[in-house]
Amino acid sequence: MYEFDWSSIPGALPFLWDGMKISLVITAQAVLVGIVWGTALAMMRLSSVKALSWFAAGYVNLFRAVPLVMVLLWFFLIVPRFVETLLDFPPGTDLRLSSAMMGFALFEAAYYSEIIRAGIQSVPKGQVAAASALGMTYAQGMRLVVLPQAFRNMVPLLLTQAIILFQDTSLVYVSALADFFGAAYKVGDRDGRLVEMLLFAGAVYFVICFSASQLVKRLQKKYHPA
Amino acid sequence: MSYQWNWGVFLQPSASGDDTYLGWMLAGFKMTIALSLTAWVLALLLGALIGVLRTVPNKALAGFATGYVELFRNVPLLVQLFIWYFVLPELLPASIGDAYKQSNPMLQQFLASMVCLALFTSARVAEQVRSGINSLPKGQKNAGLALGFTLPQTYRFVMLPMAFRLVVPPLTSEFLNIFKNSAVCSTIGLMELAAQGRQLVDYTAQPYESFIAVTLSYIAINVVVMTLMHKFERRIAVPGYIGGK
Repeated sequence: MYEFDWSSIPGALPFLWDGMKISLVITAQAVLVGIVWGTALAMMRLSSVKALSWFAAGYVNLFRAVPLVMVLLWFFLIVPRFVETLLDFPPGTDLRLSSAMMGFALFEAAYYSEIIRAGIQSVPKGQVAAASALGMTYAQGMRLVVLPQAFRNMVPLLLTQAIILFQDTSLVYVSALADFFGAAYKVGDRDGRLVEMLLFAGAVYFVICFSASQLVKRLQKKYHPA
Repeated sequence: MSYQWNWGVFLQPSASGDDTYLGWMLAGFKMTIALSLTAWVLALLLGALIGVLRTVPNKALAGFATGYVELFRNVPLLVQLFIWYFVLPELLPASIGDAYKQSNPMLQQFLASMVCLALFTSARVAEQVRSGINSLPKGQKNAGLALGFTLPQTYRFVMLPMAFRLVVPPLTSEFLNIFKNSAVCSTIGLMELAAQGRQLVDYTAQPYESFIAVTLSYIAINVVVMTLMHKFERRIAVPGYIGGK
């Protein structure tokens, strides 16, 4: 039977925490950029200008058809070349974190835009009519009447998506970037304690994501007492 | 940028000599399909069972099912995969574990990937099945019981035939996800589509051709699955419900 030895964990905690910070930074910026860009995409998708709505539909469907692993590989390939050529960075600068952040943000925007589109569509049509009857322009009606109500309804879904995103950040493993999971794997590999480190990483993810999802459930009950 | 495009690369004999690079891609494509389909069948069976258990009055069974769903939904897929692949063989009794570790490495990769994807997806399928059952009018269950059916009979003859038809549309997106999620299995060395694409880059230094081919393959899978499922959804839709006639 396997004999567990958890002794490599305490010494590795600072390194693991550095990794966790990378996971959290990627998550936070991808949520922010994803929601902003996702809102823009959702409004384009619902726009009466055909070109905009086709662009948004194409963007969303493309990103949703391709595995995240593949999207990340693309960004790890393209971003460094792009940056080196255009911004004149010395070749070989470590751009893995920026590439990962850009990949996650653009990828998540596609998923967020679908949530936001459904949210906007869930606001009764009469609200838009009322806004224009009050003399508001389309943009004013969107900003002051429709979006505030839509976002209030969407908060639980947006947060749930953020939890999924946090789990997905572990996939930066494909670039050997030391996020929390990458750090745990490196320590386990170094000390020959892969079994313990992988179980520990799983437990940490579980505690964080489970607690966060329970909080979201509570929030949902507060907003929408069934 | 001075990139040398060379689409002819796919027809060149591969490094192993007995195949072309296009052959590598096809092998990866087949592996992705085989892995996703087998995992999907398992996920449907397990997910249906767990989803039903979540709705039964028995506290212990429902509690077990809830725990199952929470466990598989709150640990990243990559971590689950590594646990199946690296950790589980170590925890088996030594004789079984050693025999397993000496078996064909490709078989080990495939089994770990299949079990991982199946269980990960089954938790999501279970949630859809549960919400399908819960969306049925309460009267259906009561009517079944009032007619003298036992609870299992009520599930078997009254609730499940309806619920399974209602959950088909939401399951389509889980079906699409399992193909996309199978790309994660390249991390343990399983030579599916994404892994073949990366290997091709290592051997030929033509990353764009390779990644474009892989990406288009995933898009093609997506389009085919969506088209087939759309037809299936229309055939199975319940009249009077959304999507029904």
